[in-house]
Amino acid sequence: MMDANPVEILISAMLVIGGVFALVGSWGLARMPSLMTRLHGPTKVTTLGVGSCLIASMIYFPAMQGTYSAHELLITLFLFLTAPITANMIAKAHLHRQGRAIDPNPMDDIAEGLPETGVGTGWATFEGQAADRADPPR
Amino acid sequence: MIEIAVLFAISCVGLAMALNLWRLAKGPTTADRILALDTMTINAIALMVLMQIQQGSAVYFEAALLLAMVGFVGTVAYCKFLLRGDIIE
Repeated sequence: MMDANPVEILISAMLVIGGVFALVGSWGLARMPSLMTRLHGPTKVTTLGVGSCLIASMIYFPAMQGTYSAHELLITLFLFLTAPITANMIAKAHLHRQGRAIDPNPMDDIAEGLPETGVGTGWATFEGQAADRADPPR
Repeated sequence: MIEIAVLFAISCVGLAMALNLWRLAKGPTTADRILALDTMTINAIALMVLMQIQQGSAVYFEAALLLAMVGFVGTVAYCKFLLRGDIIE
């Protein structure tokens, strides 16, 4: 262990960090009490874990194999661009299926559904519904 | 040293995928199941990257890249279907 070169130590550290982060994110997905809290684990922690694995791969292939490719960068770009969008879509689908009368998160102690926004306009995701219903059926 | 770290990371990601599968089977709402599937896709990408480091070959990169793109499109299509009852209007 003492004669390991620093690049190996760096790659190993990145791999261990990535594995632990991926596990913690999925543990959060399995153990959190409601969907709105469950969204936090996969969207942030697991994405970070995959990013760490990709960094390890990005160091490993040029340093150990002598080959270089831009694939890791592309995967990182796609994952980090799409993770917030998927989280937003899932939360929105959940809100609309629950309806605004029911609190989507039972841990919040809000018995009577979603609170008022306090800025004059309502929740943006529910604002367009009346206009949609006014559309003639196709 | 790298071999041990890769084995540890692969076991962690495998256990994470088992937890995702549990959530996919249990999930009380449909949104939970979509979230579990999306997380499984991300974990599969991580597994492919780790397998490449273990084997020292770079053959899985295209598959991981495709999974990153198609997983996103699939999740958005599921959510769109839940929201509107239709995917392409």
